[in-house]
Amino acid sequence: MILFWLIAFLLVAGLVAWAAEAVREGAARWVSLVALALALTFVYSVWNAPLIEAHDTQWYAFVNMAWIPRFGIAVQLAMDGLSLMMVALTLVLGIVAVVSSWTEIAQRRGFFQFNLMWTLAGVVGVFTAFDLFLFFFFWEVMLVPMYFLIAIWGHEARAYAAMKFFLFTQISGLVMLLAILGLVYAFNASTGTITFDYFALLEADLDPRLGFVLMLGFFLAFLVKLPGVPFHTWLPDAHTQAPTAGSVILAGILLKTGAYGLLRFVLPLFPEASVEFRFPAMLLGVVSVVYGGYVAYAQSDFKRLVAYSSVAHMGFVLLGVYAWNAIALQGAVMQMVAHGFSTAALFMMAGALQERLHTRDMNRMGGLWARAPRMGALTLFFAVASLGIPGLGNFVGEFMVLLGAFAVHVPLTVVAGAGLVVAAVYALWLVQRSFQGETVAVVDFKDFGARELAVQVPLALALVWLGLHPQSVFALSEPLVTRLTAFSGITP
Amino acid sequence: MTALDYQALLPYLTLAGVLILLLLVISFKRGHALAAVITVAGLAISIAVVAPSLSALPRTVTPLIRLDDYAAYLFTLFAAAAIVTALLSYRYLRGRRGELEEYYVLLLGATLGAATLATAVHFGAVLLGLEILSICLYTLIGYPEEHHAPLEAALKYLVLSGVASTTMLFGMALIYIATGGLDFATIGKAGSDEAQSQYLLVGNGLFLIGIAFKISLVPFHMWTPDVYHGAPAPVSGYLATVSKGAVVAVALRYVDATGSLADGPLLTLFGAVAVLSMVIGNLLALMQRNVKRILAYSSIAHFGYLLIALIVVGSAGGVAMGIEASIVYLTAYVVMTLTAFGVITISSRPELGREADDIDDYAGLFWSRPGLALGFTVALLSLAGIPLTLGFIAKFYLFATGTAGELWVLLWALVLGSGIGLFYYLRVIFAMTRSPDVPEPVRNRVGARADEGTVAVLVVLLIAFGVYPTPLIDVVREAVAAFGG
Repeated sequence: MILFWLIAFLLVAGLVAWAAEAVREGAARWVSLVALALALTFVYSVWNAPLIEAHDTQWYAFVNMAWIPRFGIAVQLAMDGLSLMMVALTLVLGIVAVVSSWTEIAQRRGFFQFNLMWTLAGVVGVFTAFDLFLFFFFWEVMLVPMYFLIAIWGHEARAYAAMKFFLFTQISGLVMLLAILGLVYAFNASTGTITFDYFALLEADLDPRLGFVLMLGFFLAFLVKLPGVPFHTWLPDAHTQAPTAGSVILAGILLKTGAYGLLRFVLPLFPEASVEFRFPAMLLGVVSVVYGGYVAYAQSDFKRLVAYSSVAHMGFVLLGVYAWNAIALQGAVMQMVAHGFSTAALFMMAGALQERLHTRDMNRMGGLWARAPRMGALTLFFAVASLGIPGLGNFVGEFMVLLGAFAVHVPLTVVAGAGLVVAAVYALWLVQRSFQGETVAVVDFKDFGARELAVQVPLALALVWLGLHPQSVFALSEPLVTRLTAFSGITP
Repeated sequence: MTALDYQALLPYLTLAGVLILLLLVISFKRGHALAAVITVAGLAISIAVVAPSLSALPRTVTPLIRLDDYAAYLFTLFAAAAIVTALLSYRYLRGRRGELEEYYVLLLGATLGAATLATAVHFGAVLLGLEILSICLYTLIGYPEEHHAPLEAALKYLVLSGVASTTMLFGMALIYIATGGLDFATIGKAGSDEAQSQYLLVGNGLFLIGIAFKISLVPFHMWTPDVYHGAPAPVSGYLATVSKGAVVAVALRYVDATGSLADGPLLTLFGAVAVLSMVIGNLLALMQRNVKRILAYSSIAHFGYLLIALIVVGSAGGVAMGIEASIVYLTAYVVMTLTAFGVITISSRPELGREADDIDDYAGLFWSRPGLALGFTVALLSLAGIPLTLGFIAKFYLFATGTAGELWVLLWALVLGSGIGLFYYLRVIFAMTRSPDVPEPVRNRVGARADEGTVAVLVVLLIAFGVYPTPLIDVVREAVAAFGG
């Protein structure tokens, strides 16, 4: 029941925030902040609670309630190590999102916080749902408030960006729904029961051809969300136009739902088909790495650059997932967490710059370090983290992905390794153009204050922690990784 | 007729009685409020007596009509939709001059016709119900006689609906030649004589094309946008839901009893009609800036979606699932469409002869009237099939039914159509989030806000059943349990 209440709590908090703003101006953001902090302590207590045994696995939390018995649909929520990490990431970045939009959002703040909280609730649902219908339900629930965040508080081309974001994810989502139903009815044909239970469907005995087609349906939805080339085109637009909090959540969390879906659903449900599909998927990952990095380098818009760099970083995740050995899988999970922190911080920086300069164009920045040394130093830190410098979390992730992939496919790994060089170029270029070089005359440029630092510094410390003690992540994802490698039957 | 027959007929007799009572009252004392109260109360009583009538079901009263749980469910749905329409119409009509009381008589008549259609197991009843319904609708559409557009819409509907009825009638004649029967059961048992089956095929084709006309499937959809556009907003809502729903109710019974969509050329034909409706209906909606026309095209697409379930009903083994899905979908469609037209009705200013039907009429609605905008958003998201709304559960039903029937082409068309559909629903929603260009005019807040309360109830229903659909599913399953057994 704990997980059910956690999601319900976030939903209610969104409503309360909306109502609170009507009572007292500026109250909504406090409601969100307190609610997220409470939810985080909640998750912490779940982490330390005794484990629950179900379906041959240990869970931090597990609940199963009948919902739509007509179709064998249940509210089945569970939390293993991966879910725990992802939910914690969601809540932490939720706090980052609230703080980063503290002063940016001047209008309709109540409704803004409502949408923010409902997106987060949907994401928490996605990370904990173990019923395929419920998963799809949350998958869609997180979209609508996100659409509003972009459409109402976005920048100049928000209508176009919001529409594109919604269409891409919704249509690919419907294809996934079709695949889910195909799986359920194939299972029904062989066993005579209709169920959307994840654990029951794991046992489904599929015709190889059907399995491959169904796998593609899931893969498509997750690839769009990841996003992988060639379905990445919604991302730069959505990111660029979204308000800061929207970008933070999109890049930090929503993209991870795609990677999570691959790990949780595609590989376990369709092991044979996924093995068959390994190399095309790895190739897509490598193409995303190289193409994303290459295009990022060509951008002059701060947010667009970071958005394309996300394509490249998530390409590493795709590569790691389909390299499918313990090292690469651990690397992919690490990359998910580290990228969440570093990109959220960079988007927060982009939002702070836009709030001060009213532009995202790096041609109109430069020399800002002299005026805002704290912002400059932090930008340098997160840019360097994102290019993968040893000692920080992103390095561990990318290095392990490459190490694992090397054992599987050498040429692809070599090309992906070249992506690291491109990453160094665009990341340093970003710092060079915005904070170094010719000083642009800006009057009244305020450096980061205590509020921003209170968020940015912990994010930086978290990346250092991940880099120095990656075992804390590995320990949590280890049971899942072990099961996944058992599925593949492939030894590196 | 026995006492049990009368017991089973109780809701229908009540409804007819209220109609006559209203006519009598009007001839002695005119009063808009009085007429509205009698209508709403009468409809509510007729719904209330559905419960005591259930114990007499199922039974076939005269060869024409069959009273069963299915008919009782649809009676309730249609009567409830009529209550909603009456409540929405009340304030809307007050903005108009002239005598308004007959509007409610026509509304009751149309509902009686629709309820009759849901019971029909014989072509006689089909024709009877259809004509009662249509004749009332012609007048309802043209009721505000001072303006040009409603009259044009009424005439258009009269001519095209007449053509559809004629087509159906010709189809019935051919079926009668082939089978010697006018009741569905006899037609279903017809032999397979070569010459006879030719007549039967053409007859079935013409009959079903007549149905397609009435529920405006592509390529028989031309009348819909103009009629929806021209009719008063509450009547458009009624037309889109009850009138179309009643025709679907007949089609379900007919296809189930006769198996006329099981295979062969008609299956191919109607598969194509479904795909065309889903794709073309949605594509044409994209080009509109008029919200009523958008909803008209979207209704074309929605009945294309519904055709998936109807086709499954035609296939062997899919009867129970297909009918269940159809009724769930129909219920969802009725609720969400009435909500959308309810918002249009509330936003309209009939006293100025102006319907709020341009997309710009809704600019900034989120900030000027947040409650109304939220209701409209929920209705539109439900029409688009987004979770947390009943529309999603309904669409899920269609996906599940189509998968069970292995209608992959139709399902891909459903995905494509839903994708295109998002575009125009979101466009309306986006318009509502824009900052208003002009300050909202001060509105007259005097008088009962029955219309706003009604829309609020509908929105609550959309969300409640969207989150927990099990009670609705249980009721529908009970209502359709007699089929496919």
